[in-house]
Amino acid sequence: MTLAQAILSRKVGRPVRPGELVVARVDHAMTIDSIVPTVIDRLEELGAAPRYPERVSLVYDHVAPAANVNVAEAQRRGREWARRTGVNFYEVGRGVCHQVLIEEGVARPGALIVGSDSHSTSYGGVGAFGSGMGATDIALAIASGKTWLRVPESVKVTFRGRPRPGVSAKDAALEMVGRLGSGGATYMAVEIHLEDGAEKAFGRSERVTLANLAMEAGAKAGIVAPSGEIRDLYEVPDWLRAGEDAVYARELEIDLSALAPRLAAPFYVDNVHALGDYAGAEVDFVFVGTCTNGRIEDLRAAAEVLRGQKVAPGTRMLVVPASSRVLQQALAEGVLETLIEAGATIGTPGCGPCMGRHMGVAASGERVVSTANRNFRGRMGSPEAEVFLASPRTAALTALLGRIPDEEEVAP
Amino acid sequence: MTTHQAPRTTHRLWLFGDDVNTDDILPGKYAPFMVGQDVFQNYAFAHLRPEFAREYRPGDLIVAGRNLGLGSSREYAPEALKKLGVRAIVARSYARIFYRNLVNLGIVPFISEEVVNEAKDGDEVRYDIRSGALQLRGRSYRLEPPPAFLLAALEEGSVLDYFKKHGDFPGVE
Ligand code: SF4
Repeated sequence: MTLAQAILSRKVGRPVRPGELVVARVDHAMTIDSIVPTVIDRLEELGAAPRYPERVSLVYDHVAPAANVNVAEAQRRGREWARRTGVNFYEVGRGVCHQVLIEEGVARPGALIVGSDSHSTSYGGVGAFGSGMGATDIALAIASGKTWLRVPESVKVTFRGRPRPGVSAKDAALEMVGRLGSGGATYMAVEIHLEDGAEKAFGRSERVTLANLAMEAGAKAGIVAPSGEIRDLYEVPDWLRAGEDAVYARELEIDLSALAPRLAAPFYVDNVHALGDYAGAEVDFVFVGTCTNGRIEDLRAAAEVLRGQKVAPGTRMLVVPASSRVLQQALAEGVLETLIEAGATIGTPGCGPCMGRHMGVAASGERVVSTANRNFRGRMGSPEAEVFLASPRTAALTALLGRIPDEEEVAP
Repeated sequence: MTTHQAPRTTHRLWLFGDDVNTDDILPGKYAPFMVGQDVFQNYAFAHLRPEFAREYRPGDLIVAGRNLGLGSSREYAPEALKKLGVRAIVARSYARIFYRNLVNLGIVPFISEEVVNEAKDGDEVRYDIRSGALQLRGRSYRLEPPPAFLLAALEEGSVLDYFKKHGDFPGVE
């Protein structure tokens, strides 16, 4: 069995095969500020209350704090619903939904988690099956504690070796999406295996980055086989492993030791390039944050580049910690001080301008380097803005230089 | 209004290409909260095939290429099709969330390379949702019939309707 089959078999209560439609027990259902009004509408239409309120989370992160009265009214309705039903509620500023569910221990090896946000694949970083769905699906999962699923085929991606200094999990993830293509894993689970040193090089944070980006190849789930730090942090059930008999729709190997820093150029995440193709291009705005790269490891990487230095004149830099805990830790470690002294500004933990709705959207003609996971036309504001996706280190160097760095500068 | 026509056994085939996204199926500016819950279906394919909503008759078959329904997860795109009477679609492949929305709403997403290769826009087609039998241009095809889960849901209309009535998903004791 594949990892996806192993998890879904547990949740269905019998061995399942790829292609089957099954009804599976859901360990947790998650929704967010911008989707909860529709979820409440659907639950009212069904006349249903949350079956297991303790297995439901509502996180305010997408447009939080509220950017206008409409959003504020919608958020008030969600708050009242959460209070009435007793579901877990995470207020404005607690952080990006996926990071919050990982920090709260909801995401754990072998869990099945559905969320009304496509990057719910992130939970695969700790060995969970996480999948994004629409509002009706989430309402049904909240009402019943279950969901229907087509058991996915799996693509196996093996990362081998240790990355060179300056090369990160984000570079590895972009390489993976570039090789798979944006539809390369549609309906499928991307199962990621770390070997020959990669299992030590990539801890929980890095694994979440890999599982998060799997979505951009169209995946239903991205699951990193638990090893290394995951085994130190969690109890990993015995049944959670890929069997010798596992069958894969496709296999891909990436040699980390030979990997160079990568960049996704506008307007597609699979439009992956070497830095040299764009080195020297002037940049207006650098954004470090999101569920992809807003963790303490990412903020540290940015601070290391900027220590004692200044963001280039003509370039602005925004750092949005992925959660309140990341913010506190960055404060305690002096990371925040370094970033602020360098001239960066700090935003409320949450999604920030990732989806172009608030907190620093881009104007026409502007060029952005972001640590997020999507660079579609108009994603971060004006359709005439260009968004490049890169690692926190590459992003911080961009802020320092005011231009896209070349490979030598990122990974000497 | 009464009609004296016998139920039609053949239907018109509406052919679409690859990568038709949910903005093509229902442009955002015609969302139900913009134009009204009762009329938004009249804007299905408003930019791509302006005549579609006017000329489509319940039972007519939509046939499309690969990755149908990519893009925005808006559930009101397949909901508009359902309101016009779409009960099944044949495509090379579907975007994942669109596929789920179809099933939740009770539209059967058939997959067939052969049928898509043969189909011409405006063809006459006969098909049976339950058995997956389809006749087109003098040839018979056997589409993989909907799984039992979906058939049970279709008895009630859709997964949502089934849940409303039974308080659970099909196929669960
Ligand atoms: S940070 Fe960006 S990608 Fe992540 S959940 Fe928020 S909007 Fe989505």
